[in-house]
Amino acid sequence: MDRRTIFNGRLLPVALLLPQLLLTFFFFYWPAGQAVWSSLITQDAFGQGSVFVGLDNFVDLFTDPLYVASIVRTVFFCLAVSVAAMGIALVLAVFADRSIAGRGIYRTLLIWPYAIAPAMSAVLFLFVLNPRVGLLGRWLNDHGIAWDYTLNGTQAMLMVISASAWKQVSYNFIFFLAGLQSIPRAVTEAARMDGAKGWHRFRTITFPLLAPTTFFLLVVNVVYAAFDTFGTIFALTQGGPGQDTETLVLKVFRDGVINQDIGSSSAQSVVLMFGVIAITAVQFRFMGRKTVS
Amino acid sequence: MATLELQGLRKSFAATQVLRQIDIALADGEMLVIVGASGCGKSTLLRLVAGLETPTAGRITIGGRDVTGLDPSERDIAMVFQNYALYPHMSVFDNMAYGLRIRGLSRGDITRKVEDAAALLGLEALLSRKPRQLSGGQRQRVAMGRAIVRDPKLFLFDEPLSNLDAKLRVQMRAEIRRLQRRLGVTSLYVTHDQVEAMTLGDRLLILHEGTPAQLATPMEVFERPADTYVAGFVGSPTMNFLPGRLARDGTAVQLDAGPLIPLQGRRSGDAVTLGIRPEHLTLGGSDLTLTVDLVEPLGSETLLHGRVAGREADAITVKVAGAVTATETVTVGVQADQAHVFDAGTGKRIDPLGQ
Repeated sequence: MDRRTIFNGRLLPVALLLPQLLLTFFFFYWPAGQAVWSSLITQDAFGQGSVFVGLDNFVDLFTDPLYVASIVRTVFFCLAVSVAAMGIALVLAVFADRSIAGRGIYRTLLIWPYAIAPAMSAVLFLFVLNPRVGLLGRWLNDHGIAWDYTLNGTQAMLMVISASAWKQVSYNFIFFLAGLQSIPRAVTEAARMDGAKGWHRFRTITFPLLAPTTFFLLVVNVVYAAFDTFGTIFALTQGGPGQDTETLVLKVFRDGVINQDIGSSSAQSVVLMFGVIAITAVQFRFMGRKTVS
Repeated sequence: MATLELQGLRKSFAATQVLRQIDIALADGEMLVIVGASGCGKSTLLRLVAGLETPTAGRITIGGRDVTGLDPSERDIAMVFQNYALYPHMSVFDNMAYGLRIRGLSRGDITRKVEDAAALLGLEALLSRKPRQLSGGQRQRVAMGRAIVRDPKLFLFDEPLSNLDAKLRVQMRAEIRRLQRRLGVTSLYVTHDQVEAMTLGDRLLILHEGTPAQLATPMEVFERPADTYVAGFVGSPTMNFLPGRLARDGTAVQLDAGPLIPLQGRRSGDAVTLGIRPEHLTLGGSDLTLTVDLVEPLGSETLLHGRVAGREADAITVKVAGAVTATETVTVGVQADQAHVFDAGTGKRIDPLGQ
């Protein structure tokens, strides 16, 4: 089945590979290398000179309570976003999987939010949740509930989780729906004949058979929540109030771009890079296992 | 174990009538085979009984209880699916125990019942395996086991052998029949394979475009097919049909091809189709002259394909025992007592008068 093309000489294969190699080099390896290098040096406050300090930046990071708090916050944020986005998507997919009139329309509409840019979805949420101009925000305050995410960290966290999860529901929905449709109808019917009813059937047959999809989505959602929510959070709260919605990615941005602490920011980037590598390794192992079975 | 009654059962999908009018009553322990070409509605009929489809009209009664409006989970029926539909994430044991657990049996009872069923089917060594670790025949057995372990009122079989290879199919066919007899569970068995139909059924229901063409024992279906559809469906190679007219006061058929074929008894009618099975034609008779196109030796017998009086429309097959040396034309005799006469217009069987 292996289709191989044999090239004569070296020039053509190199020429064909070069664009991709250059892109990878300039946009991935070079910045990554820069980050690793920057993470090992420290600059003076005015950017006049730099000193090689080895792993001091990393030691500083992990002894900094603010950084450790940010890790904990990010883990919580990732799990909350993943659970919310996957839970809602699964419920929607189960309903859309039934043969109901106009399900083609439902399916199409449910996919649309995925096409919206992160900052745009953040603005949409502001229209709803802003305490002074947002529909729901004003309604809450009018009814005696003090809603202001610029002052209340818990409320801010709730909002960035909602906005981030909302955007990811569409993606999860598509995969769950495909997963549900790939379950042979006869298997569900056999369970019905065996006497299994609604919820019991879902718990013992449907959900276990969705497990590969669920695991794949969990990895994708964690990666999304950890790295792709920068735009949403930045547009909504800029990480505030205080550091209450500052995930690791936002902290890299704040320390590096705003506070100009290149050493620490680079060290954080390197930590994140290892995080990505670890998650990717897990995902590849899982994918590999799936193709075997 | 129970009786099954279908009364005035109809099913339409949108404007398409799939089943027109089905009335059947099955005795306790009877096995009815529903047979027909694909698209005749036989699977739909089975799914209606299972409760996986809702009938457009009619009533389904199992053991005297009207189940027409009930969910499949409340009908106490077991079904063996064409592709087995085993739960892929469960072991063989769990597959069989699933329905028992739902019924809230004690752990000891479940283990005992599953082990009994496994012993009956020779699955003892496979109980901890997953379905993907089993061969097609083993999966088939597990599907059977899942059905019998629950001791249901009714078995439904939806072409359960069609995914097996020929040798295994013959073996499983016999096994299904033995099991069904032994357990005495009323069964509906859907197939498109006429050999399965003939060997498995106490009675056959031949469906043709959503209408029952004949409901009778296998031998009766073979010996007295109700119409040309049934006659052509049952028997291999298929029955020969020759157009003609009743002659000599209904005691013979004047074939359009020329020859006059005498019949047993007297029939009334005009334009008819003479039906004669390939094995009821004998070489060396004087009824038909056959131009031979093809000779197929099958070892113990030989099939001769040819045309009556050289007419393209009157192609027929003759089955002869032993080997035959091919010649261009042969003369063939018709066993008058084995000839079938059908009305040319309606296709219905015409029996001799006074019978």
